[in-house]
Amino acid sequence: MIQRPSPRARAAQWLLLLAVVAVAWYLGANAADNLAARNMGSGFGFLGDTANFDIPFKLIPWSDEDTYGRALLVCTLNTLLVSVLSIAVATVLGLIVGIMRLSPNWLMRNIALAFIELIRNTPILVQIIFWYVAVLQTLPPPRQSIVLPAGALLNIRGVYLPTIDTGPHGGALALLVVLLLAATPLLWRLPLRGRRIGAWALAAPLAALVALAAGIEHVEIPVMRGFNIAGGVQVPPELAALWAGLSVYGAAFIAEIVRAAIVSVPKGQREAALSLGLRPGQVLRKVVLPQALRVMVPPLTSQYLNIIKSSSLGAAVAYPELFQIFAGTVMNQSGREIETIVILMAIFLTISLLTSAFMNWYNRRVALVER
Amino acid sequence: MSGQTSALRRLSAPFTPPKREPRAPWPPAEWAKRNLFGSVLNTALTLITLAALALTVPPLVRWAVTNATITGVTRAACGPDGACWTFIRVHLPLFLVGRYPADERWRLGAAALVVIACAIPLFRRHTRHAGLSVILLLTAAPVLAGVLLAGGVPGLPAVDTSLWGGLLLDVVISYVVVAGSLPLGVLLALGRRSQLPVVRTLSVGFIELWRGVPLLTVLFMSAVMVPLFMPGGVSVDRLVRAMVALVLFNAAYMAEVVRGGLQGVQSGQDEAAFSLGLHWAQVQTFVVLPQALRIVVPGIINTVVDLFKDVTLVTIIGLTDLLGAVDQALKDPAWLGFATEGYVFSALMFFVCCFAMSAYGRSVERRMGARH
Repeated sequence: MIQRPSPRARAAQWLLLLAVVAVAWYLGANAADNLAARNMGSGFGFLGDTANFDIPFKLIPWSDEDTYGRALLVCTLNTLLVSVLSIAVATVLGLIVGIMRLSPNWLMRNIALAFIELIRNTPILVQIIFWYVAVLQTLPPPRQSIVLPAGALLNIRGVYLPTIDTGPHGGALALLVVLLLAATPLLWRLPLRGRRIGAWALAAPLAALVALAAGIEHVEIPVMRGFNIAGGVQVPPELAALWAGLSVYGAAFIAEIVRAAIVSVPKGQREAALSLGLRPGQVLRKVVLPQALRVMVPPLTSQYLNIIKSSSLGAAVAYPELFQIFAGTVMNQSGREIETIVILMAIFLTISLLTSAFMNWYNRRVALVER
Repeated sequence: MSGQTSALRRLSAPFTPPKREPRAPWPPAEWAKRNLFGSVLNTALTLITLAALALTVPPLVRWAVTNATITGVTRAACGPDGACWTFIRVHLPLFLVGRYPADERWRLGAAALVVIACAIPLFRRHTRHAGLSVILLLTAAPVLAGVLLAGGVPGLPAVDTSLWGGLLLDVVISYVVVAGSLPLGVLLALGRRSQLPVVRTLSVGFIELWRGVPLLTVLFMSAVMVPLFMPGGVSVDRLVRAMVALVLFNAAYMAEVVRGGLQGVQSGQDEAAFSLGLHWAQVQTFVVLPQALRIVVPGIINTVVDLFKDVTLVTIIGLTDLLGAVDQALKDPAWLGFATEGYVFSALMFFVCCFAMSAYGRSVERRMGARH
């Protein structure tokens, strides 16, 4: 820009800073007065106190003699769990609907369109509550569970999934599988005698599958025993509702992102690939999608961030994630209103910043190198 | 000339009897072949989709229409295997305007008329008053409509905001928040592009802070923390607190949309304006912003749709908007067990409002595309 800010403007900006600081100081002083008047403690020391409440769903052990600090860890894990699960399902579902939206088949195209419009134009909170109250709570009682494929059960207490028992070497096996899976994309690009290993790298996930199959001692399928369901792992209805709501809502937006990205690939690319003799499926996989991916990454990032932030709506269905436990139970018990809100904001900000940093790194990797 | 010669040539050509044209395919069959049964895969997809529709649609229609009830005044009127729209009909005033006194409801219509009157130029194809209309909608209209709704002036008895509810509350909150966050968002977007480091840092910090946290924490902050920050004895209406929180939150999103528009204005524009001797505020007001805001009208409308959906979160802090009113009606012991009807109704209402706004946004976008 040719215009430099005038000295007067440069001086004025410090006045603005002064005003912001003054307002912050005034508010802080008010808060201090009010807190003193209420005779309440402050500071983050309460995180070391005993919590004395139950968290109905947890990934790591929890008892009510544990501290608020550990509750924070348990709830953060719950938030991350539902976020990761929802992002995964939303991405796959969004990709499918986005491609359906471009199908030559009129019926599929318009069903995808109706799905997208219906979901995008309804509030997510209504959808989550709808899943919880109108879908999951009308399911049959455990005795008349709906049996899903692979032995999973569906009833009013949620979804029961079969678990795999790996015996004493479970930890080592899991590590091996994760390592093999993580190594696949690296192997893919590894040069070997001047050529890339490429598809041979698929041997790694195959090996992981074999290791898993060999390591499993038996699969535990949930069954009705007495008044309860024994075996398997329970996905409580709160988690299922939040998961379904976030996934479906996210998928509708991701579908539009996918569609826009595919449309943005020039028609000539597709035609050239077809004229080289590639089949339509190959054209989509090898020519169109890799180019569309580049356009997709930035809007996809903000969609993922939206899903993570919307996971706080678990409060509406009492899924014990960060917001539900900290803005509810912990705030009421400890009376530390400012501290709990600050903790919540700090954690969500951190998760958001980390996610966008990762997606930016990925974006730089897939971005077209312009010469 | 050439047309004439070709016509002459056709006339002088020897006569040949016209070949019998192949019969034109029946248009719907042609269409179905192209769109539904083009290939084996396509045919299979069509058949699978049709089967899925045949399985889902008839029970849905039976539930929502054929076996449904809408008459009567108690739940006794409703059958066991159909929707009970009676529940919706009986509670309709609650869902639409909350507990706003029946004698004063004409004021809602009057307020709506004020807003619509200010908005008329926006819906006309060729108008020179769009700017004036937007300014009226952001300043005079909300004040006038607010006075009509809240009352408290001679001739209009006061209606406490705790009585406002239902869809009315969604509309009022969204409107106020748009009117507040649009100007703030423009200032923030300008601040983010400023060359003054302090202004830029403050703007970036403000925008990224609000965009990084969930709306629910912001609303909770307004409900719980704001009273702590007020000087002793001062209390602010709960509705106003929620609105302020939503304005701050939404301004960050508006700012990012407007920034996109600012980046779309060619740099030659402000360079030319500066070289004419205009100073910064003049350049922004008369040259840059009019162009930037015009580009981002569809983006702003999208943000408004998102906002309208997000307003439902105020139920969690205890305000009874449409969703909250449905929740309230569902707890009525005389009407237990109509959750599906209630949530389907509220989803439909939101869908109609949001779809209309999105459609308007798309039409603006098309009109703009046609102009450029």
